[in-house]
Parts: sequence; C-alpha cells; structure tokens
Amino acid sequence: MSDIEARFQLDWPGFTLDVDLRLPGRGVTALFGPSGSGKTTLLRCIAGLERAPQGRLRVQNQIWQDSREWLPTHRRPIGYVFQEASLFPHLSVLGNLRYGLRRSAEAPQVQLDHVIDLLGIRPLLDRQPDHLSGGERQRVGIARALAVAPRVLLMDEPLAALDLRRKQEILPYLERLRDELDIPMLYVSHAPDEVTRLADHLVMLDQGRVTASGALGEILSRVDAPIRLGEDAGVILAATVSELDSAWHLARVDFGGGQLWIRDHALQVGQRVRVRILARDVSLAVQPGHTSIQNVMRGRVDAIGDDTHPGLMLVRLHIGQTSVLAQVTRRAAADLGVALGQDIWVQMKSVALME
Amino acid sequence: MLSASDWQALWLTARLAGVVTLILLVLGTPIAWWLARSRSRWKAPIGAVVALPLVLPPSVLGFYLLLAMGPDGPLGQLTQALGLPPLPFTFTGLVVASVFYSLPFMVQPQQSAFEAMGERPMEVAATLRASPLDAFFTVAVPLAAPGFLSASILTFAHTVGEFGVVLMIGGNLPGISRVASVQIYDHVESLDYGQAHRLAAVMLVFSFVVLLSLYAWRAQPGRRR
Repeated sequence: MSDIEARFQLDWPGFTLDVDLRLPGRGVTALFGPSGSGKTTLLRCIAGLERAPQGRLRVQNQIWQDSREWLPTHRRPIGYVFQEASLFPHLSVLGNLRYGLRRSAEAPQVQLDHVIDLLGIRPLLDRQPDHLSGGERQRVGIARALAVAPRVLLMDEPLAALDLRRKQEILPYLERLRDELDIPMLYVSHAPDEVTRLADHLVMLDQGRVTASGALGEILSRVDAPIRLGEDAGVILAATVSELDSAWHLARVDFGGGQLWIRDHALQVGQRVRVRILARDVSLAVQPGHTSIQNVMRGRVDAIGDDTHPGLMLVRLHIGQTSVLAQVTRRAAADLGVALGQDIWVQMKSVALME
Repeated sequence: MLSASDWQALWLTARLAGVVTLILLVLGTPIAWWLARSRSRWKAPIGAVVALPLVLPPSVLGFYLLLAMGPDGPLGQLTQALGLPPLPFTFTGLVVASVFYSLPFMVQPQQSAFEAMGERPMEVAATLRASPLDAFFTVAVPLAAPGFLSASILTFAHTVGEFGVVLMIGGNLPGISRVASVQIYDHVESLDYGQAHRLAAVMLVFSFVVLLSLYAWRAQPGRRR
C-alpha cells in the first residue's frame, strides 16, 4: 500500500486524458511524452490543481480523490516544483522557503536546514527572487517544495526553462535528492537525457493515454522499444564502483549481471553510478577472440526485433539479471546463426558513465 | 485667501473622498477578484454594471439613487426598517451615492492587477498548504498592491471631483453636503468670480499633483506591475 494508484478521465475540447496507473511508492517516476501528451495535466490532477470529475487517487494509504471525496490542493501532503520557479516576488528567498514551512504541521525546522544545504542555497537566503539567476531560482523553488516535508514530490519539467549550463548545474542536485530522500518523486519531462539520468520508473504518455509503464531498464531493453531515448537504442544500468585501477585509469563497476570496466572519472569505491550501453556499441561473437574490447560477457539471446533500418536488427541479451541490447546487421546475425535461447559472447565497445 | 466656508467645503470634500475610498477598498476588492477570476456567464453583465458610472450622466445616476433612497425606494425602506433617518440630504447619503459613483475607479485597476498576476501564484500558495483565503491575503493582495494604490488614488480624486450626484442627493447644505465643487458653483452663481477662481485653482492644482505623482510612479523603471 505504499504505492500510488491514479485513475483520471478528462474530456476537454481538443484534449482527452484517460489514464489508469499504479506507480511505485519510491524512487523517481518519469512521466515522459511529447508536448500535449497530457503529462503535465496528469501531474496537476495528482496535485489537485486540476479536477478530473471521474477520478480516483490513492497515495500510500490515503485517498485523495474518489467518487465521494476530493482533497483540495492545500490539504495534500505534496511538494510541487513548477516549470518556472514561480517564487513569490514580494518575499525574500528565506521568506519563500518559510511560507510553506509555517503552514505545514509536519515539517520540522531541521528539514529546512537540511534542504537549504542539500540544494546549496545558504548564500542566497537574504536575496530577493529577481536578483537570482534562473538556475538559482529553480533551486530555491525545489527547496521551497521540499521544506514542507512532502510525502510526494511532483516536478513539472523543472529544467525545461533553463539553458544547457543551468541544466547541468541543477541535475546533480536532483540526483542527490533521488539518492538521499526517501519519498517518491514524479518527474514530468520531454527530455530523454533527463529521464535516463534520473528515472527509475518510466511512464510514457501519448495523446492523453499511457503507452508504456514500467521499470526504466525494462522499457529501454525492449527490442520493440516504445521509446528511443535520444535517437539511440540502448540500456541504462545501475551499478556500484567496486575497484579502481589507477595505473590504467579505469574503474570496475558491478551491476546485476556482472562487472564492467569503465574509464575512471574521479570515482570512489562504493559510489553508485549509472552507465549507458548503446546497442550500436554492442557486438556479438560466437567465440571469444583476442580483441581490444575489454568488456566481454556471456549472454543469452532472449528477444530479437526489427530496427528502424531494414539492414539492421536488435538483439536482446540476458546477462545475469540484466538485459542489454545489441544492434547488428541482419547479415552478421545470419552468419553467426543468432537464435533465441542461444548463448553467445557479448562485446561492449563503449560503456559511458552518465554524468 | 479662502473663506471659512471654502475651508469647510474643502474639508468636507476630503472627508467624503477618504471615507468613500476606504469603503470601496473593502467592497471593490471582492468584486474585482470575482471579475478577474470568474468564468461565469454573469461576468460580462456584472462588469458592465460596474462600469456604468463611467458613461452615465451623474444626474441620471443621482436621480435613480434619490428614488432608491426615498421613502418608497429599497434603500429608503431599509433605513426605515433599521430605524435610521432617511439618507437624502445627509453626509451618509452622499457617501452611499459616491460609493456607486466611484465604483469603477476602484474595481477596474484592481481587476487588471489581479488579472496581470495570473493563476500561478495562487496555485503555488495552494501547493504550500495555504488555504484560498490565506493565499488571497498573503499572496494576491501583496502582489496586487500597486494596483490597489492606483485604484485608491483614482477613487479619491474622482470622488473629490463629484458634482452632479451631490446636487441630486445632498443638495447644498453647508458642512453636510456642500463640497468644493458645489461651493465653486455657488460662487459663480453669486457672481463672486474672485472666490471661485481661488477655490478652482486649489482643485486644479490638487488634481494635477495627484495625477502627476501617479503617472510618475507608474513610469518608474523596473517597477513591477
């Protein structure tokens, strides 16, 4: 019962929303889709900013909306981050942070100090919002939403209004939130790079309907993937740094199916990282050869699918509890005799640390 | 310079305008909020009614108000039922009439200020646990404060300039309803142009200074709307 159950139907002129979802009660769930797909509307329904007449919303063991009940926004234990930080211009940064804190019975003062440090905004507390940069404003916006000690954090494209540099400035903070906070986060985005970096769970929306919902790794490793993140098919693996090889500037990371060597980027043993393996960087071999490729593993073919190009195909390989995708030419596959259930050598030419 | 009765008229005018502005701040704000937010089909008719005093001849407005305040009118019946004296030819009657007369000068700037604010600040406040009423006073009012100031200045100045409605409702009683504009009219009627000049000049300078400070303040660079 620690999850979220959301069912909404909306029928507006030119727009319908019809979703029935169960979302995990922890980690980051990305609501992903093109603009107009209804992802923001879905988030607003969860916040109570939009009222879908036929709807049901349960968050953990609390009903927020059903046929009889409708909890107004200010009674829902949420934190909400808007696309533009929307700070109150008549209050200082600290005034903004305290606004919700004062009205929230659950939020302890300790929380505010913690949040201020988590987002690195202590030097900004006395400033007025119009003297902040876009990135600073959004960090204050996130801190303000967290200061009320929410039970769910809702974020509506918090990076969309920022340029690339500001985005890079905020992403590490969002990763920290994901790793340090124990509350579920719903994250609306249309940017594949944000989704692959932050999400644990992915909900794909199109024209007001859910087209896919599941663990990020699971959805990305489908050969009929409903999503091509940033043009490229590929998988994201969560891994832990287990060994550093300073002589060769390499780091070993362990994941659910084995270990990989990646280039060392000032990593520390025990650090959790995400690595991306693109399907086009994965090749297959019937016999292990003496090769420059360092990451070679044994895997089992468990799905074969079409690629966008007729000369290519996607092969999904099961390695331990993990799947990776390989993009190979049809001729090569025929040559190797690739078939379902076959055990084969999987060679990964490049494994990128996501940062 | 100004005679004692001139001073009395000016003081009466200032008192009237001050009281009317305060009353309209209380009455106009909810009307402006409703007009800014509502999607009701009553929005257009109500908006038009509020704006009526802008175009209606003051004598027409005064005539209807006089009927309403008379013994058979709704306002007259109300004051009677409450055991109050009749409104016409009293300061209170003048205040009531001026509230109607100056209503759009309060409501319209407030309404634009609320509209310029958009829905977002209230939504943010709601996500930060503020009830609608709480959010109204702690977010909407501070954000619309410049609009409130313009509205109050315009209302005050417009009430000061009132003439037709005063004549219809209050007549010309010294200390009760003889405001500055009526006093000037009296001076002219009795061909006392010198007195009329002096009082008229005071009114002219007052109006100009009020508008000048309002416009100068609005034109300030970097001021948020």
